[in-house]
Amino acid sequence: MYIEVKDVSIRYEQKEELFQALDHVSLSIQKGEFICLLGPSGCGKTTLLNAMAGFEKASEGSINIDGQDVEQPDIKYVTIFQNYGLLPWRTVQKNVELGMEKRKVPKEQRRQLADHYIELVGLGKFKQSHPHQLSGGMQQRVAIARALAVEPEILFMDEPFGALDAITRMKLQDDVRRLSTEEKKTIVFVTHDIEEAVFLADRIVVMTPNPGKIKSIVNIQLGHDRDRTSDEFIMARDKIFEIFNMKSDRTMEYYI
Amino acid sequence: MAKSIKRIVISFAGLLIIWQLAVACGGFNPALFPGPLKVGEAFGELFTTGLRGSASGINLFGHMGASMVRFLIGYFAAAFLGVVLGLIFGWFTRAFAYVNPVVQLIRPIAPVAWLPFIVLWVGIGNLPAIVIIFIAGFFPILLSTVSAVNNVEPVYLKVAKNFQMSQFHTLVKIVFPAAFPQIASSLHMAIGTCWIFLVSGEMVGSQTGLGFLVMDAKNSIRADALLAVMITIGLVGLILDVVVGLCERWAAATWGFGIVKYSKRG
Repeated sequence: MYIEVKDVSIRYEQKEELFQALDHVSLSIQKGEFICLLGPSGCGKTTLLNAMAGFEKASEGSINIDGQDVEQPDIKYVTIFQNYGLLPWRTVQKNVELGMEKRKVPKEQRRQLADHYIELVGLGKFKQSHPHQLSGGMQQRVAIARALAVEPEILFMDEPFGALDAITRMKLQDDVRRLSTEEKKTIVFVTHDIEEAVFLADRIVVMTPNPGKIKSIVNIQLGHDRDRTSDEFIMARDKIFEIFNMKSDRTMEYYI
Repeated sequence: MAKSIKRIVISFAGLLIIWQLAVACGGFNPALFPGPLKVGEAFGELFTTGLRGSASGINLFGHMGASMVRFLIGYFAAAFLGVVLGLIFGWFTRAFAYVNPVVQLIRPIAPVAWLPFIVLWVGIGNLPAIVIIFIAGFFPILLSTVSAVNNVEPVYLKVAKNFQMSQFHTLVKIVFPAAFPQIASSLHMAIGTCWIFLVSGEMVGSQTGLGFLVMDAKNSIRADALLAVMITIGLVGLILDVVVGLCERWAAATWGFGIVKYSKRG
């Protein structure tokens, strides 16, 4: 397995009270898979992501990526945050170059790579803009370009589209879906939006709170080209609703 | 712009009129409460020959220059050390926990209270005023920089960690620019404070400068010259403030500061 989460528990102490954020969670992810961690707030999905990305230490259990224990964040695994994490004093171009500065990429090549990824996310015209001049969706595209520019093997995405309006969000979902197939990245994506998870994921990890646990793992076999209005999509979505006990029991009759 | 100039002119004209009226109708001793014209004459005297009978033997420009040199040395020393140490202590919070109690003890001691001690140590001259300015500026800048560093958006630090940036690069490329707006406003505030304490420093420990000139005019019982020097002090302070404000705005425009505010995750 590529990412191996083994029996991980994470506890916090809050005012002398022990809070169990994750309770004995195990999960295996293959290279190139698109995984969505889905659940209501407090289910530990972000905690699990942070632990995989190296931002948080497991109280118990172990996390292993590509044969190595995760101790701290690594440039091979880049995290994309809900609030973008762009540096407001840098232009789009300079933001995208940030990760490459550490890698000692020569200046000229750095610029070319940055250009390439800025074009890839469709922001060619905004290279010299500052983040506050862009809309939320565009800012998140910059963050994605910045992550891709260091050519990571894994993208960890923490509710990246949570702050965007519905239509922008769907557009970015299309883009990320396309990226995952074209760039062949392993993606772990945290969301509380059922449709988003069904649209994006190869497998959905459904989590429940108090304490944070994996309830079930659902395979989504909808192929690469997904249509939000197709019957298959709606059936897959209904399956998730059922897991959350959010589907009413009475049978409906449809007249179309 | 034209409107604000109009307001400034009216404001000062009003002050002059009230002043003149008070002098005309109050029946005060003109030697103790001179009118605007008398003060204007004193300005002329100060700018050309300097205060009559003064031991210093230099004119107002000379005093202004002397004050300005001290001010710039003291202020930039305070700004540089305050910002650098603030960055370091803000970053290594555990070290600051040991330094902070001492800082909190020293901070409430008025810079002027240091004066006798400083004069005992270094005598009079340039140094007492410079030290006073330094003390007046250093602590606010230090503490404000420390808090600015502690307030840096956590997501920036996560990004730096993710890209495996070294501590030094994180400080220079992420923490300093992120903290800069708050640091800049503390530098701006310190300009005013330092200028105020410059005058007190020079009143005791010096033979030149605007603060000295205040005492000199008082000792010569020249209320008109006294008022002229006070007005000069006010004007120079105002100009310094405007210049720093412009620098701050330039920095904000050049580095794209100020407008963005990221929401914290709930």
